[in-house]
Amino acid sequence: MKFGVIRFPGSNCDQDAYFVVRDVLKQPVDYIWHQETSVKGYDCIILPGGFSYGDYLRTGAIARFSPVMSATQEFAERGGLVIGICNGFQVLCEAHLLPGALIRNVGLKFRCRQVQLRVDNADTPWTCATTEGQVLTIPIAHGEGCYVADADTLAALQANRQIVFRYCDESGAPDLAANPNGSMLNIAGVCNPTFNVLGMMPHPERASESILGSADGRRIFESVLQSVQQTGGFVPAH
Amino acid sequence: MISPEIYREMGLSDLEYQQVEGILGREPTETELGMFAVMWSEHCGYKFSRPILSLFKNYREAQEQGALENAGVVPLDDKLGIVFKMESHNHPSAVEPFQGAATGVGGILRDIFTMGARPIANLNSLRFGPIVGRSKEAARNRYLFEGVVDGIAHYGNCVGVPTVAGEVMFHPSYSGNPLVNAMAVGVVELQGIASARADGPGNPVLYVGSSTGRDGIHGATFASVELGPDSESRRPNVQMGDPFMEKLLIEATLEALATGDVVGIQDMGAAGLTCSTSETASKAGTGMEIDVLKVPRRESGMTPYEVMLSESQERMLAICRKGAEERVAAVFRKWGLNAVVIGHVTDDGLVRVKEGDVIAAEMPANALTDLCPTYHLDAAEPEYIARAQSVDPLSFEEPTNYADVLVQLLSSPTIADKNWVTEQYDSMVQTQTCLGPGAGDAAVLRIRGSKKGIALKTDGNGRYCFLDPYTGGQIAVMEAARNVVCVGAQPAAVTDCLNFGSPERPTIFWQFQRAVEGIAAATEALGIPVVSGNVSFYNETPEGAVYPTPVIGMLGILDDPARRCGLAFAEEGDSVVLLRADSDPSGGLGGSEYLSVVHGVDAGPPPRMDMEAEIRVQKAALWAIRQGLAVSAHDCSDGGLAVCLAESAIAGNIGASLLLRYDDWPGLPQSAIFFGEAQSRVILTVRGEARLKRLERLAAEAGVRAQWIGTVGGDQLRLSIDGEPLIEEDVTALRAAYLGAIPAIMTARKG
Repeated sequence: MKFGVIRFPGSNCDQDAYFVVRDVLKQPVDYIWHQETSVKGYDCIILPGGFSYGDYLRTGAIARFSPVMSATQEFAERGGLVIGICNGFQVLCEAHLLPGALIRNVGLKFRCRQVQLRVDNADTPWTCATTEGQVLTIPIAHGEGCYVADADTLAALQANRQIVFRYCDESGAPDLAANPNGSMLNIAGVCNPTFNVLGMMPHPERASESILGSADGRRIFESVLQSVQQTGGFVPAH
Repeated sequence: MISPEIYREMGLSDLEYQQVEGILGREPTETELGMFAVMWSEHCGYKFSRPILSLFKNYREAQEQGALENAGVVPLDDKLGIVFKMESHNHPSAVEPFQGAATGVGGILRDIFTMGARPIANLNSLRFGPIVGRSKEAARNRYLFEGVVDGIAHYGNCVGVPTVAGEVMFHPSYSGNPLVNAMAVGVVELQGIASARADGPGNPVLYVGSSTGRDGIHGATFASVELGPDSESRRPNVQMGDPFMEKLLIEATLEALATGDVVGIQDMGAAGLTCSTSETASKAGTGMEIDVLKVPRRESGMTPYEVMLSESQERMLAICRKGAEERVAAVFRKWGLNAVVIGHVTDDGLVRVKEGDVIAAEMPANALTDLCPTYHLDAAEPEYIARAQSVDPLSFEEPTNYADVLVQLLSSPTIADKNWVTEQYDSMVQTQTCLGPGAGDAAVLRIRGSKKGIALKTDGNGRYCFLDPYTGGQIAVMEAARNVVCVGAQPAAVTDCLNFGSPERPTIFWQFQRAVEGIAAATEALGIPVVSGNVSFYNETPEGAVYPTPVIGMLGILDDPARRCGLAFAEEGDSVVLLRADSDPSGGLGGSEYLSVVHGVDAGPPPRMDMEAEIRVQKAALWAIRQGLAVSAHDCSDGGLAVCLAESAIAGNIGASLLLRYDDWPGLPQSAIFFGEAQSRVILTVRGEARLKRLERLAAEAGVRAQWIGTVGGDQLRLSIDGEPLIEEDVTALRAAYLGAIPAIMTARKG
């Protein structure tokens, strides 16, 4: 299965994502330059973390207008698998491929630390190798990861089971103390209604080898591999 | 006619001005005068420190061989090398903490990737005045502390280089003149080291990166005077950083160097275009001609003087192979960066700056570099030294409650947990961090493309150096080495950043000289080189100079980063062993954090440093870790044995019971046993009888004591001496004091 890692100017987790796919998953992977107009030939597109275009205006606000994002949008609309990690999640929200928005952390400081995530929905291409309620240890590193959405959107997310990960304590309880950034409902990752697009603030690529402190993030990549084997790579649109 | 006021304002002495006229054979133009002034500042020219830096053996040798620039590469294996360097950004940070610190990170990173190395880690060593209390001074220090941390986070996080280690200490001597020392580390292919030489007359000179503005003009000169009441007006001397631009510059530079079409490259840091043109030409024995009209600008109406002196950030000068300049420029443009040919290399040995057809400056390149005057300044031992050292550290009243003192020390900002700081830094990007902030005595990184890993740490105790700069210099090196040993690494090389007051005062110059002698002695004893460094003088306010603070950046190498060792206590029943070869008559209480915090004095001789004993302890600890005997390792430093044990207990969230005996500390009071900072001590935990026996044997072979002092377990940290319980405290309470101190200080003020 072939992965493409998009490189925006200012992306800085692009290489980490690339190396995980190449060295840990042992799958083919390419960088895709932000000025590319096509993402043909890929089974999964990764929007990596970083500070695309410096993020001086609003995180992800400029990246959404890059040529590669039009291609990614089409790819997603046809059911292609797209994951946005950290800044990638912010770009996907700005591009309206995912609902909601990410704003400054409560406390206004950048936070880098291991956090626990509860898998709220194990029935997605991103979590099929996990079980519902499983607690994953994966680090965050962001200044603007507070997930917000209006009441209707949150209700819809819950009704459709689009909330995939929530910040939780070690026992799996998504309580306030375990929320590192003030996200509504402790949301750490959400899908689109067809589940082929995932955005998450934590960095699974930083937690895919035990030498780095946790290998739990690998479950997410393994889920993708497993689901592609089963579905051929595209999630049928509704 | 150039009046004395003009050149003095720029920082040149009367004699130096005469030398300039002598070199040129005429009166300098304004541009020439500015170029001389900035290149002959201490910051660029090391005119006061050079004679002392020659005490470093490999600096001296490299200087003699003309190989200074490559002296910084430490081989990791037969393919890859590590480069690292530390630099101060104290004065800019005192005036504008956010940008001052941010550009400090940016500048040191450019020093790394300009060598063709990919930056893989940042560290920083910070000193501030006291942050506790309602005084204006404390509020100002908190503002500086918060701004500096924010600036480092902003720049390092955005540029995608993890900030993996460092230290932060607080002391009144740094009030108003904080120390902000940034260290960067890179990995380079030994075959692909780039050079900062302008070889090949006729080769085009390419300007790349950000446009040039008026920011930072005379920043290097500003760094070479004391801070005063009018320092605020120096704000325009502070540069503005753009980490996004730097990230592009890193990727573009490494890609451009890979083309093989770049002959030489240098970043534009202090003294901007002046420094990069004259140094690259001078090193290659060539000359260079540039036209300032071709330099991309962000402001209109800039004079040649302003263009040459600007310290705008994120700029580089690349000398290309003739005919290949378009290919090189295309790489930079792909990344959205300026890339303009502004001149060419010449063979006449002159730096010629033109503005169109008009010559604005013309002087020998080496006049700015090699002919920078060198001064041999007077050194005199300050009077306070004898007075302070004559104080008997054991003459102070014993506390009534040792647990309270432990809590007090754990919550003193210098010792307290720095999570409030380190969590603001991305310490994990690049996925090489195997041991991050707070997890061990040093950071550990695996290195992609090598089986080996590296350990990194900075250290430097200003109080020790104040009391005895020679011993303080030695301890800074030895403690940094001990720290990398405690994570399982072999100390390999050192960089330093030497922060002192005005060298023109003999007492300060004496501190500087003695500290450098101590560092040189310690590195030679360890058999490791000082591969790079930076001197920062004039760290003074009207209230006085900062404590002499040489900061050491240590690189260690691990054969297998997976076998790194952390500092946390792990499991019930593990033995706690004190490896020791200490010999301090007052248990290291002199100059201790305990005396400072509890008794309010910085006095006594600092802890004794017996270098041979120290090396024996390090050897034993490293053997033990490499053989897999140690579950955890932590060196005894600030706050002594009790703080060391508490930190390991807090990190592991598990208690320990320690059964100490007065016989093991003959003649010493409890305070010295618990809180003395005697050197050459490491706490190891070991699992099982067999391993404990092996450790004891190994220590005996190394000639050090392995003293069993207790076991890990329970919810409390309990210390007794000869059966008398003296400290019994819940780990949760210790944890609350240790972790809560800095957040409480930094959030309370907002109420």
